[in-house]
Amino acid sequence: MNLSTTSSPHVKGRDSTARLMRDVVIALLPALLVGVWVHGPRALLVTLVSVASCLLAEGLFRLAIRSHNTLPDGSAVVTGLLLAMTLPATVSYWAVALGGVFAMVVVKGLFGGLGQNIFNPALSARALLLLLWPAQIVRYAAQGQALPLWGSTADVVTAATALHDMVRPAMPDVSWAQMLLGNMAGAIGETSALALLAGGIYLMVRRVISYRIPAAYLGTVAVVTLLFSRGQPPFAWMAAQLLSGGLLLGALFMATDYATSPVTPVGQAVYGVGCGLLTVLFRYFGLFPEGVTYAILLMNAAVWLLDRLTAPRRFGTVKGGAGR
Amino acid sequence: MRSKFFGGVHPDPRKELSAGRVPTPLPAPAQVVIPMAQHIGAVCTPLVQPGDTVAMGQKIGDGPGLCVPVHASVSGRVAAVEPRPHVTGREVLSVVIENDFQDTPSRELSPHPNPDALTAEEIVTIIREAGIVGMGGATFPTDVKANTGIGKVDTLIANACECEPYITADDALLCTHAANVLRGLSLMRRVLEPERTVLGIEDNKPEAIAKLRQLQEEFPDIEVAVLPTRYPQGAEKQLIQALTGRQVPGGALPASVGCAVFNVATCASVYEAVYKGRPITRRIVTVTGEGIRTPMNLIVRIGTPFSQVVEAAGGLTEDIWKVISGGPMMGVAQRDLRASVIKGTTGILCLTARQNGEVAHPTCIRCAKCVAACPMKLQPLYLYRFEAAGDLDQLRRLHAMDCIECGCCAHLCPGKLPLVEKIRAAKKRLKEASAQ
Repeated sequence: MNLSTTSSPHVKGRDSTARLMRDVVIALLPALLVGVWVHGPRALLVTLVSVASCLLAEGLFRLAIRSHNTLPDGSAVVTGLLLAMTLPATVSYWAVALGGVFAMVVVKGLFGGLGQNIFNPALSARALLLLLWPAQIVRYAAQGQALPLWGSTADVVTAATALHDMVRPAMPDVSWAQMLLGNMAGAIGETSALALLAGGIYLMVRRVISYRIPAAYLGTVAVVTLLFSRGQPPFAWMAAQLLSGGLLLGALFMATDYATSPVTPVGQAVYGVGCGLLTVLFRYFGLFPEGVTYAILLMNAAVWLLDRLTAPRRFGTVKGGAGR
Repeated sequence: MRSKFFGGVHPDPRKELSAGRVPTPLPAPAQVVIPMAQHIGAVCTPLVQPGDTVAMGQKIGDGPGLCVPVHASVSGRVAAVEPRPHVTGREVLSVVIENDFQDTPSRELSPHPNPDALTAEEIVTIIREAGIVGMGGATFPTDVKANTGIGKVDTLIANACECEPYITADDALLCTHAANVLRGLSLMRRVLEPERTVLGIEDNKPEAIAKLRQLQEEFPDIEVAVLPTRYPQGAEKQLIQALTGRQVPGGALPASVGCAVFNVATCASVYEAVYKGRPITRRIVTVTGEGIRTPMNLIVRIGTPFSQVVEAAGGLTEDIWKVISGGPMMGVAQRDLRASVIKGTTGILCLTARQNGEVAHPTCIRCAKCVAACPMKLQPLYLYRFEAAGDLDQLRRLHAMDCIECGCCAHLCPGKLPLVEKIRAAKKRLKEASAQ
């Protein structure tokens, strides 16, 4: 008889990293399907290239550092999906592949792997591509426009996104229905508010994410854009800000990334507010129409500090003594 | 309604394996091994030598300071006084008694002629002499807890939560001897003179609750509070918070917030000691889990080897993985079945390989579930990290010593980190550092 003597607790809950990642993939699928519906097969191929490059980079990196295989945890698939969903369908495949390798090796692997990275891998990769080839990353095709599956997309006619309109500033030239359904110009996975919200609610119901970061993030953007409205009526301006660009994708799926967000309830709220303020700041005054990527990456850098400053109040130190 | 302690988890209860069966007495074994350490505090000095004849209930070990006596659970001859395997995994000085199967009672024992005339001091003395400790598993000396509470306690709490999954020893006790529990609790009322006396029980024990309700008229001063089931409601600080809203400060005793908590089996032992003159010589043990053939509750003599208890329950299954003294959340895994049942042995839990949720490469993904689940408002993931880094200053800053090792964090962890193991190691480091 050989009995195990490992530490208590001796029974574990059903949650596993792989199950959580599977839920994130499920939650991303509706928005991804809308992207493929709007932009055609090229959007699907961009996504496949992104996922494949992430899996390959992660697998080879783990082999190179002689560590155990981490592909079954599913995190590389999630990063691959997220990266593709932030990019336009017109993006070149080699740029996507480079982004995937950068995300998995430089941003995640070199910092110690799953859970150890400071910056969101998918957003970091997007930021890199945006710096290297800004023209490619902001080249959005109109909805329904046929994109060549192979070869250059340089001569594809580009379309203004809702955010481009709002930079002028003016109310966007798309209908509310388009914003909700997603049949408008934009990155592959960012255009359909309904699909993204469905995914976000699924993650909250499954208790994969809490409401705190998305609520603080979106709430802050709502309040600030309402107070400093640049279009009429202000409520419509606010709604257009919330439903356009990468905000919902960022607030529901990027800012809630476990590794790069705070673990304390207060820290999560402050982090969400910070993301919201920076997003509006970058949208109103930045070089690019969108600010979600850099807002979240900047707040990523503050996570360690936020966790430290917002540690839960110690048990038994209720105001006014020991609670009597 | 949600119970008002922080955090917590809902592990699979699995109480149906052993619940609802009247506990059956396990015949006394041919030999009992009675450890001199069955409580938190100093190890007893043996009062007998090899060759001595002992009577059932005779005091065979005692000592000064934070120490309560231990008693012979059978009558017979002392075969040895030597270190033997203990549930903690160490070897502990034990008295080995060859049973003569006569159960000749000790002449030290007699029911008090007039229990109603006893003073608080006299009751506490009887409690000590009967060797009573916290029978919920913590084994803190009950007389010390009572003494430190006198004059400070306004709320007396009986703990019937039994929040550990699988274990049904207290449930079985209440289903069969609820009146004894309430009589014992009434004795504690006379010692502590509280304003409020409340018995806290989780709502997953309907039969026990019904029994308590039937006795409500007979014990009008005792309030029965039925709490929504959530682990670790039966942890002392959490039960106090759930019932009174008060928080016991780190390092302080419940008396500092006017509370005293006694497990229901402890209360029943107080009744038996005062009214029947019986020290602790046996207890209800839940033998359960997927790894035992016939899960059941047994009344077991103190000192009975685990191997004999397991045998009485049909033996282990082929795919046995762990045998645990106590419950699945806080129990201690045994390397073999040589340890014996002591006063704090609530259960012997046998788990199979199918219950093994451990992984080869535990990885923290910072999901923050441990922070949300910690009933002590700690940040287990950071305690884990700073223990690995050996950073004692950070461990102190994050109040590692506040950890009650309930296991909520590690139970919930999707990355399957051995959080409790590492935090226990951190506490050990801190204790060693402050002792220097």
